[in-house]
Amino acid sequence: MRLLLSDIAVVYGRYARQTLRSKAAMLFGALMPALYLVFYGPLLTDVPLGRSGSSWQVLVPGLLLQLALFGSTFAGLGLIVEKQQGVVERMRVTPVSRPALLLGRVLKDATLLVVQAVLLVAVALAMGLRAPLAGILIGLAFTGALSLSLASLSYALAMTTAVPQAFAPVVNAVTMPLMLLSGLLLPMSLAPTWLDVLSHVVPLRYLVDAVRAAFTGDYTAPALLYGTVTAIALMAVSVAAGTRYFRRAGA
Amino acid sequence: MDAPHTLSIRTCGLARTFTTPRGPVDAVRGIDLAVRQGEILGFLGPNGAGKTTTLRMLTTLLAPTGGTATIAGHDLARDPAGVRRRIGYVAQSGGVDPTVSVREELVTQGRFYRLRTPDAQARAEELAAELGLDGLLERPCGALSGGQRRRLDIAMALTHRPEILFLDEPTTGLDPGSRADLWDLVRRIRSAWGTTVFLTTHYLDEADALADRLVVVDKGAVAAEGTPAELKTRHAGSPTATLQDAFLAITGRGAAARDAAPLAV
Repeated sequence: MRLLLSDIAVVYGRYARQTLRSKAAMLFGALMPALYLVFYGPLLTDVPLGRSGSSWQVLVPGLLLQLALFGSTFAGLGLIVEKQQGVVERMRVTPVSRPALLLGRVLKDATLLVVQAVLLVAVALAMGLRAPLAGILIGLAFTGALSLSLASLSYALAMTTAVPQAFAPVVNAVTMPLMLLSGLLLPMSLAPTWLDVLSHVVPLRYLVDAVRAAFTGDYTAPALLYGTVTAIALMAVSVAAGTRYFRRAGA
Repeated sequence: MDAPHTLSIRTCGLARTFTTPRGPVDAVRGIDLAVRQGEILGFLGPNGAGKTTTLRMLTTLLAPTGGTATIAGHDLARDPAGVRRRIGYVAQSGGVDPTVSVREELVTQGRFYRLRTPDAQARAEELAAELGLDGLLERPCGALSGGQRRRLDIAMALTHRPEILFLDEPTTGLDPGSRADLWDLVRRIRSAWGTTVFLTTHYLDEADALADRLVVVDKGAVAAEGTPAELKTRHAGSPTATLQDAFLAITGRGAAARDAAPLAV
């Protein structure tokens, strides 16, 4: 266990230094959701959204998870490049623990994402968001959990993909429907029944509903419980899938 | 045959079948190898013969679908982690990130081999001195010349003083001077530490000059083995024949086969 933790720290350090070398990329990642906040958020202030709380308490949770959705699913792109450079095989021939090769990477991705999420919340507060601190912290935790899960799945996909050109279309084909069907932009309570029912098969929806409940201070809402269970299950499945590909050969 | 304890690599019927949409493909059909401690073994064969698949199995990157192997005293199937602690591997593509500095790659590699940070830092300095990389530690790996880059790849693989060093086509793409330097380096590594060197190559002059013994694989199986002189005598008729003639005869692409082939189709 101590070996695993120290291996994770070594892998994490390597990729954290890599990220710190490209500070511009860190900021650009947070820019897109910030644009939604500035140019889309004000449109919603007087629209009835069918929920308690201000429009910002509905919008910002969606933007946080959107940040994770679009920020973390492309994590695997860098891995494809590293595979071509021989870096992945070189690491896999060392005794370093296989889960650490994945966890070190995804924990770095989740850290970056949470930093960007904090920036986003800061802008949102300036725009007019008012939410309890505990609710915001719960929202950041969900953002980190989603980022960790999606980055793991992204690396799993990357381990089985030979070239970047084949990777991006798959990611786009998955993220777009996920965004639309999870009620990221507007709550699914506004949807006609068929769409609402359909959205319930999308795990991301439960996370969105949970963070919206947290942002209104409704900590005993069933939505928060369902969201927590979904997030934990998603993390377990994703990390297991990702580790499998670092353990297994042929990639 | 030598006693088992002096063998670095021992395989028995090592095989790998890939499942493809068009049915199973037997890339390696059962390879028996016995490589002595401190030997430089040249592993030759035409493209598609199963060289890389074999190398990937011996280095724990790919699980065999048949046979057994003992590498540096550890069973490949039961104890791949034990094998990893005793071997070094340099892939044909190398394995460093061009944006990371030489020092950082060497230190991180030391940490992967579970050295404590100060020890990993000291080992990076030591390797740089031994492999002629001192003065380059702060450069990004991408700024090194081809020959320097190869020496760095080998330094990375020597971090933990492995018993066996696997080199996959180590001189492909190097200029003649760098190739000669690399041959010297390989000989030096063997004589200084008694390291067993298992190398694949397409250059027959390299195999002739560097290897104590050659194994030629073709169609996923061992087609011939022996010292370069033995192979020349046995397959090309004379110890002064070229290794190329022996190689072509072994892989069925020799003079006889060429004469039988139509000149134009």
